[in-house]
Amino acid sequence: MSDTPFIDIDHVTFGYDSRRIILNDISLQFARGKVTAVLGGSGCGKTTLLRLIGGVHAPNSGRVVFDGEVVNASDKLQLFRLRRRLGMLFQFGALFTDLSVFDNVAFPLREMSDLPEPLIRHIVLMKLNAVGLRGAAHLRISEVSGGMARRVALARAIALDPELIMYDEPFAGLDLVSMGVAAKLIRTLTDVTGATTLLISHDVPQCMAISDHVVLLATGGRVVAQGTPAELMDSADPEVRQFVRGEPDGPVKFHYPARAVADDFGPGASA
Amino acid sequence: MNFLQSVGQATLALLGRWGHGALFFLELLRAVPASLRRFGLVVTQIHAIGNRSLVIILASGLSVGFVLALQMYYALSTYGAAESLGLIVNLALVRELGPVVAALLFAGRAGTSLTAEIGLMKAGEQIAAMELMAIDPKVRVLAPRFLGGIISMPLLAALFSTIGILGAYVVAVLLIGIDSGNFWSIQQNGVDVWRDVGNGVVKSIVFGVICTAVALYQGFETEATPEGVAYATTRTVVTASLGVLAMDFVLTALMFSTP
Repeated sequence: MSDTPFIDIDHVTFGYDSRRIILNDISLQFARGKVTAVLGGSGCGKTTLLRLIGGVHAPNSGRVVFDGEVVNASDKLQLFRLRRRLGMLFQFGALFTDLSVFDNVAFPLREMSDLPEPLIRHIVLMKLNAVGLRGAAHLRISEVSGGMARRVALARAIALDPELIMYDEPFAGLDLVSMGVAAKLIRTLTDVTGATTLLISHDVPQCMAISDHVVLLATGGRVVAQGTPAELMDSADPEVRQFVRGEPDGPVKFHYPARAVADDFGPGASA
Repeated sequence: MNFLQSVGQATLALLGRWGHGALFFLELLRAVPASLRRFGLVVTQIHAIGNRSLVIILASGLSVGFVLALQMYYALSTYGAAESLGLIVNLALVRELGPVVAALLFAGRAGTSLTAEIGLMKAGEQIAAMELMAIDPKVRVLAPRFLGGIISMPLLAALFSTIGILGAYVVAVLLIGIDSGNFWSIQQNGVDVWRDVGNGVVKSIVFGVICTAVALYQGFETEATPEGVAYATTRTVVTASLGVLAMDFVLTALMFSTP
């Protein structure tokens, strides 16, 4: 049982409309109880991949299998049953701005469980303590900084100790200290709870440091490479090397396709 | 052929939007029983939607009562029927102006607020976050607001009519000098509780459904951008107001078709 992948992306193609394909016939497997990082440039479909796993969208073709069960975006009951087993940290936190820090973390516990309020209080304070914000429990969301808000969102994502935790850019907006603590927390959570972790980030060093497996996606929804962090760091593939080393020149172009520079700026102009 | 094609496409698009709206409304109705079990959320919304609309409703009701009494006095005194002023003001407010004007004000005050709130929750991914927590936003967010709007609307319309009648009393009795006993007794004799007041309440409940459902639909279906939210709030006021006016005609025709 433990050999079967927890999440199986099987020949999935997806586009928000027929003209723009985001993910193009990709197949990926995310191992149970491991940290898998999905890296790639902006717009390559990383967040879309998480949304497909969560059943927010249905693939145009192929299938997403969640612990042996095909995710069917049109079956609401099945979706809600599967979603009770996952937690997600959104790219911009998605915190409820009318609630306090404490109530945001308590929200899934109050909505999804019958736990008594004193126990909820203990769990919330434990989660907030894990992200270093126990002292900020009483603050309103408008009173915390962007980095703190992401840590609150992280505490909320793990409030119910989910089997699958998906992090969408967990390091964005964090200072170096918070980033290191967040990375260590993600690794520790996976090790302690046995949860399967799916991590999406641009931060190559942090991802390489805490991941068991790394997938590199390219624009157009193509899997460029995957393997252990060491394998990707040692890869001879120019596209992989350019991404993991952050090199400006290489197969991945910085400029959006455009006509010749001279056409816009006159003869003699050059990039 | 091109003309026919464009007419066909526009008709299909319109029918598609109506169908989508109807499905949304049915889903909203389906979410109501679950939210009734957590009535505390509904009470919070009655406070947010109803209580915070009180100032505009009461000020408008008073103003309408003042003006209606003055206008009616000028018109009725020409025919020596100034003593009927209380009855006419009462019927105008209870049957028509109370439910309709309160609903139009409700669409502008509470409807836009609901649309913007839901739209911003969508733009901030709060709705998506709830869905991924296996929490149905229609049950947790929309249905309590829907019920709050339906409960608040007749209460606000009743307050609008009441304060309007009191305003008319101030102008007619205290300023113009119409007999106070006559002002009240003609209303007591001429206003039927079920036919006039009851139908007014039914109207305001229907208007509450229209205004709140339109506001929630526009917020929930808005494009998650600042421009999208701005357009959605505008559409809420226009669509809800037109819906109220159209339904008012239909309801009046059904309720008061016989003398």
